[in-house]
Amino acid sequence: MTEPAKPIIQIQNVSKRFGKVTAVDNVSLDINAGEFFVLLGPSGCGKTTLLRMIAGFELPTEGRILIDGQDMAGIPPNKRPVNMVFQSYAVFPHMSVADNVAYGLKIAGVKGAEIKARVAEALELVKLGGFGERMPDQMSGGQRQRVALARSLVMRPKVLLLDEPLSALDAKLRAQMQFELSELQEKVGITFVTVTHDQDEALSMACRIGVINKGEVAQLATPSDLYEYPANRFVADFVGSVNIFEGKLTLDEPDKAAVDCPGVGKIYLNHGVTGPHGADVWVALRPEKIYLHVPGEGKAVKAAAQDAPDGYNFARGKIKGMSYLGDITLFEIELDGGARIRVSRPNLSRHDQEDFTWDDRVSMHWRADSPVVLLG
Amino acid sequence: MAEQDWKTSKRTFAAVSLPTLFWVLLFFLVPMAIVWLYSFGENRGLTDIDISGTLDNYKRATEWLYLTIFGKSFAVAALVTLICLIVGFPVAMAITFASEKWRPWLLLGIMLPFWTNLLIRTYALMMLLGTQGFANKGLGALWEGTSWIKTLVGLQPLPTWEPVQLLFNNFAVVFGLVYVHLPFMVLPLYAALDRLDRSLIEASLDLGAGHFRTIMRIVVPLAAPGIIAGVMITLIPALGAYLTPDLMGGTDSQMIANVIERQFKKANDWPFGAALSFLLIYAMFILIAIQSMRKKVPEVR
Amino acid sequence: MALFARAPIAPLEYSRTLWMRLWVGAVMVFLYAPLVVLMVFSFNDSKRNVVWRGFTTKYYEKALGNDQLVEALINSLTIAALATLASLVLGTLAAVMLWRFRFPWKGAIDGTISLPIIVPEICLGVAFLMFFAAVGWPTDLVWPFNLGAITIAHITFCFPFVTMVVRSRLASFNREQEEAAKDLGASEAQVFRDVLIPHIKPALVAGALLAFTLSLDDFVITYFTSGPDTITFPVKVYSMVRFSVTPEVNAASTLLIILTVVLTFIALKAQGVKAIAETH
Repeated sequence: MTEPAKPIIQIQNVSKRFGKVTAVDNVSLDINAGEFFVLLGPSGCGKTTLLRMIAGFELPTEGRILIDGQDMAGIPPNKRPVNMVFQSYAVFPHMSVADNVAYGLKIAGVKGAEIKARVAEALELVKLGGFGERMPDQMSGGQRQRVALARSLVMRPKVLLLDEPLSALDAKLRAQMQFELSELQEKVGITFVTVTHDQDEALSMACRIGVINKGEVAQLATPSDLYEYPANRFVADFVGSVNIFEGKLTLDEPDKAAVDCPGVGKIYLNHGVTGPHGADVWVALRPEKIYLHVPGEGKAVKAAAQDAPDGYNFARGKIKGMSYLGDITLFEIELDGGARIRVSRPNLSRHDQEDFTWDDRVSMHWRADSPVVLLG
Repeated sequence: MAEQDWKTSKRTFAAVSLPTLFWVLLFFLVPMAIVWLYSFGENRGLTDIDISGTLDNYKRATEWLYLTIFGKSFAVAALVTLICLIVGFPVAMAITFASEKWRPWLLLGIMLPFWTNLLIRTYALMMLLGTQGFANKGLGALWEGTSWIKTLVGLQPLPTWEPVQLLFNNFAVVFGLVYVHLPFMVLPLYAALDRLDRSLIEASLDLGAGHFRTIMRIVVPLAAPGIIAGVMITLIPALGAYLTPDLMGGTDSQMIANVIERQFKKANDWPFGAALSFLLIYAMFILIAIQSMRKKVPEVR
Repeated sequence: MALFARAPIAPLEYSRTLWMRLWVGAVMVFLYAPLVVLMVFSFNDSKRNVVWRGFTTKYYEKALGNDQLVEALINSLTIAALATLASLVLGTLAAVMLWRFRFPWKGAIDGTISLPIIVPEICLGVAFLMFFAAVGWPTDLVWPFNLGAITIAHITFCFPFVTMVVRSRLASFNREQEEAAKDLGASEAQVFRDVLIPHIKPALVAGALLAFTLSLDDFVITYFTSGPDTITFPVKVYSMVRFSVTPEVNAASTLLIILTVVLTFIALKAQGVKAIAETH
């Protein structure tokens, strides 16, 4: 793909109000052809409403939606070049699997022989070959979801919309379906737009993620940018786990900055922030980016850090809480300044967790490029 | 928690079951049994009835005259049910998809007539449909209007309006029964439609089907149990209707219930009336049996 | 311009389409117009129910001065009240029995209890006529005992409706509530009073309303079981309607309609529109 990605869906200044409640508030975003786009947000944030407006089940109060350059105003769902996989799957219970998949084709007036071939192909695609004669009530939830997928994909839509596709599956199956959905999307090359409240799901499947909060787009970014460079406190907090400290920007130069956070102290950064001097800002720091020193290790690390090009931040405190999660251990530490900080530590050896216990005094450090300064 | 075996707490079971069982036995099964026994009896004198085991009453009930009345009752009840279904289905749809604020009031609107006295409703309808009633006046006004328009464009005016006989005929019976039974149809239809998962309708629209096709291929098949329930709930009382044909029908529009009534109040032929009653009850049983058979079909598949 | 702009109609908002509104409106007119006309013309100062000749309440005076009519109304209300009370008790007990216990012949007993709903009124009426004749039920008792036969007949066809309503409500009862109450030391009877009854209360209100109106409404069964001294309101109105259509009947009918509406609104006040609507 050499040509620049062109938007297949353009959402332009769309708002949706139900009575006095504003579900979607002046949202504008473009979704590119062929990408796996995820709308991520807490329940009730308006993401499903946005998806349903693309499908045509809800109509925008203001703004417009274009699909493949065509304004969708006044075009009913049955005339739109998009198909939807419903949260409840909405597999017709009185029709066999094959009849379900063939339903849309029959309505579109496709010939019998072609319907048969395309239904078989679609079922094969979702790994349900040979299940055509089954009735939906003889299938598991996961299988029913595949039927719903096949039923939509067989229509060869320009965009496939998925409403919380994995929420009804158990944890193991969910992880497997995440991979399968990404694989399927690459195979068919159709644009997928998925709605989810699950950040893991979003991070693992998406090309790009739109985080929605209170009906507005909080950030639009790739999964790694979203995690490493959150644009605001909401995104930092919603995606992954994070320590957020409020402070004042006391130093701001092109190659370094410092934020004075009460309870923590000065937090140094190895890059500029371009924020107003003395402004109230927030510093976000992921727990896994903090390195907890085992007893006796602190001095050596500090000595080594003297020569490091970008510099480190150091802090000391007391362990107030520990939770052992198997792969990692999560520590809650009260810093000497009084603030609490969460630190996670991978259990690289079987005995790692034995090095610490409650009320231990510990020291820790993190790189100067780890904290993110948030202005909002 | 599953149901509890009655033996595990006999006293509680006795307390909740005995009053009901006693009542049903004494004041329902015994009376029905008496009717059943009398249907095999014959009149001896004016008040004396001898239960002789004769089948004469049933033989008489299968005479052509009574068969036609049975057939006609069925036809009227079926027509009434069909009209109720056609009229009621969109209403049930409208209630189902009405906003939260409106739905209970629409339901109440359908149910309030159902709580209003049947006789009063029938009487109200008679007032409207009489030769001097508003229905006739309305039709008359329309007639005059058409006539006037015709004279305006230079045509011959219509002949003078003669009031139509809207009451005391078969039309009145069907109209009256529809009026009385419409709520019976709407409520089960609404219950069935309300249970329907809306995303099924959306999925059908999403796959390209129009509203009409979605209703015929998705909504109707899935609401079938409710539709059948509505049909039965309308058909059964319509079949046994007494008051409406009695008050609104003409001499030729009596239904089976009117014939039964006559055996007791006028002809004084109790055994024959009992036989007719049981034939009507058997007809109900057959209808219900057909319904329960229909119910089992999808499960077998 | 914005004054007339309406939000566009989304695909599933069937009730907002013009056709649907017209249809529902027409059905409502169909259902209510006759009743409204009846009520309006009860105030018409004319013997015929056709042309408006001016407002009068003289037909109400006439109706209320008609001793037979008033007596019939009192009879009807008495029967309805008694039948409602008995139906509530019997119906609730039957519902609890069918919901709670497993016992031999359950299917048959279940079917038999709901039979009075299915058996045509005329057949039930005939059955009671023959039953009371066969057992030689006394017909010369003093009021209100002379209403016994009719009341018994009414209870028989009313209580299965209460059972039906209560049973569907019981189906949504969370048995863990009962176990929690027992865990906290409640006896069987206390569980019934403190947990079960509050849960089925909406069904009891709806069932009572249903039983009362069914009893008040019934003509056919009463017609077969009433004697010359035990005329009920519908039987009296029936004979008046057969005789002639007079504004007096309108007045009496209007009073009963108002009574029904008042009862309905009391039930609604007690339980809310939704609960009543859902139990049907």
